[in-house]
Amino acid sequence: MHELSVTENILSLALENAQKNNATKVTSINLVIGQLSSIVDDSVQFYWDTISEGTICFGAKLNFQRVPAMLKCQDCEEEYKIASQLIPCPKCGSYRAVIIKGEEFYLDSIEIEKDSEELQ
Amino acid sequence: MSAIRVPVVEKILSANDRMANENRNLLNENNVFSINIMASPGAGKTSFILQTIKHLSDSLKIGVIEGDTAPVTIDADKIIKAGMPAVQINTGGDCHLEAAMLSDGLKQLPLKEIDVLIVENVGNLICPAAWYLGTHINLLIASVPEGDDKPYKYPNIYRGLDVLIINKTDLTPYVEYNIDYFRKGVELLNPGLITFPLSCRTGEGVDAWIDWLKEQVNQYRQGK
Repeated sequence: MHELSVTENILSLALENAQKNNATKVTSINLVIGQLSSIVDDSVQFYWDTISEGTICFGAKLNFQRVPAMLKCQDCEEEYKIASQLIPCPKCGSYRAVIIKGEEFYLDSIEIEKDSEELQ
Repeated sequence: MSAIRVPVVEKILSANDRMANENRNLLNENNVFSINIMASPGAGKTSFILQTIKHLSDSLKIGVIEGDTAPVTIDADKIIKAGMPAVQINTGGDCHLEAAMLSDGLKQLPLKEIDVLIVENVGNLICPAAWYLGTHINLLIASVPEGDDKPYKYPNIYRGLDVLIINKTDLTPYVEYNIDYFRKGVELLNPGLITFPLSCRTGEGVDAWIDWLKEQVNQYRQGK
């Protein structure tokens, strides 16, 4: 969809937090992405390699933690997982469901290196 | 040298959300009620805006921000011809409007003179859903010839809606379109979503939408 803009946002968040922590290098970017947040991992990685060039984030590994979608029926309170498309409650057939998991879309953490003097 | 883990836990689009909140504040300071209109290309966004202007121009001043991926002013020209201020934003090929782009557009409109701002997002059923703009309501136009399976294929855009328009109802006899199937899909994604079937071409059903919109504007003003 719009992986370039998304990747730019990830990079700026990562750089901001790396600088705050006096990092000399960022080695990993840990992302949490819900099943319902449509994003293509490979595209993000592709853009990442291009736009992070020349920054301390270049070469960092992008880790995607996927969260499966979970719905809760508002009528019988059944909690159920879905495959690719939203479905009515498998227990009572109700269409009144709320999404309780699967919309996550955040940068959980980064892994950084610092100058050895600073570690002491 | 070992790596140190730094917790961040921040939404990836948080910069956009912050800018969207600024947009919302600016609109509220100027008493402008705002609508983000999303749809696929050709669903009738501009016709719908023109119909809305036609019905409201006696009572409310409407401003329009047109989002397009190419530097054309076709849509903005139509709005200006209808007598309302319009600004065209070129997203430079991007598939959606972002809050920062809307912010630029807002600076070019006489907000103090406007009662209702209509933002016409880029024609697309995927990307606009992810970028909060700061408008008061999100509206989707789903047109009959697009087919009745769209809620099932593009769930994200339906989930964030406040109101749904089914346009081109005059074409129902000519295409295969099961409105019950369509509405069941919508119900699953957004239970109880207020929906107005209408035809911008014949004008059928437009009054109900206009009445609802006027009521929203009244409630907005009273709530302030």
